Amino acid sequence: MENASLFVIMVSAILVNNFVLSRFLGICPFLGVSKQVETAFGMGMAVTFVMTLSGILTYLVHYKLLVPNGLEFLQTAAFILVIASLVQFVEIVLQKMSPTLYQALGVFLPLITTNCAVLGLALLNIQYEFGLLQTIVHSFFAAIGFSLAIVLFAGIREKLEISDVPLPFKGFPIALITASLMSIAFLGFTGLV
Amino acid sequence: MNIKNLTNGILKENPTFVQLLGMCPTLAVTTSAVNGIGMGLATTAVLVLSNLAISLLRNFIPSKVRIPAFIVVIASFVTMVGMAMEAYTPDLYKALGLFIPLIVVNCIILARAEAFASKNGLLDSVFDGLGMGLGFTMSLTILGSVRELFGNGSIFNVSIFGAGYKPALIMILPPGAFLALGLLLALYNYFQIRRAN
Repeated sequence: MENASLFVIMVSAILVNNFVLSRFLGICPFLGVSKQVETAFGMGMAVTFVMTLSGILTYLVHYKLLVPNGLEFLQTAAFILVIASLVQFVEIVLQKMSPTLYQALGVFLPLITTNCAVLGLALLNIQYEFGLLQTIVHSFFAAIGFSLAIVLFAGIREKLEISDVPLPFKGFPIALITASLMSIAFLGFTGLV
Repeated sequence: MNIKNLTNGILKENPTFVQLLGMCPTLAVTTSAVNGIGMGLATTAVLVLSNLAISLLRNFIPSKVRIPAFIVVIASFVTMVGMAMEAYTPDLYKALGLFIPLIVVNCIILARAEAFASKNGLLDSVFDGLGMGLGFTMSLTILGSVRELFGNGSIFNVSIFGAGYKPALIMILPPGAFLALGLLLALYNYFQIRRAN
């Protein structure tokens, strides 16, 4: 039962409740950093890294620090501070420990603080009353869902660059309509879980 | 001077249609005109209050830690606004759900704090926040109305198309958000291009 429910969480996080295309979390990087597949992939990896860690950390902060002290109303402020410091910390550690990885993710890391997918995920984990293991699985696969959407979207946008789009639709409008079609495709997964 | 700060955000630098900021709440909550206006006003309240506080504190916050400081100020106001909404408009609070705490990471608010309130006086900052907030509210209400009109045949729960209209449910579902915003932006661009010629 335990394993089955973890599997359900996984499928739901990647496909059915895809963070970008059905929950509308993380739209800013989705639209902003999706002009090329490579950068989109880099962003996806950086987000996966931070989201998994911040999911675990905010879980611990909520249940070990806020709840025992009756401070649940500070949730929003506490979580955003945890995420902001985590991003800074990850940046410093990566720079020292693994310069290659830092080079690859470096540009995207500061942008992640204002990515609402990270805070949204932390709040959702608490809302769904997940345990620690479920939190880890949900965090990791929600981020994988985000990466999947942004990489697919970037692939389509690369083609859009060279196609002849009516002038008023150039840029964001056609990108949004493309996202709409992708969202319809993902709507097909509804009822899978 | 103050009037210019106010109108700037509503039209010329409209956060949604021109600057494309704060896309997550824009797309997520605009399933109806009421939700759109509710989200817009909640964001406006936070914007005005945070611009006010940051403008007052601008000479005390060291520039190195200003971003975390701004975020803490914004987070406290978001918590307050959220609690007020939970108490006085519980239905709206439930409909907007997750996106109320997420006002914290709405780029519009941090952008105005950084670009305007930390450099300008009290009154100007308040007007700037009010203008940006109203511009955001306006865009959300328009988007919400369009989606509600086609997805439910009504605006503000008032039936427009009559009972015979078969609603296009897709407009209320997630794909409709992307589609409606894409088409509205194209329309906006179309008029800009025509005016330029």
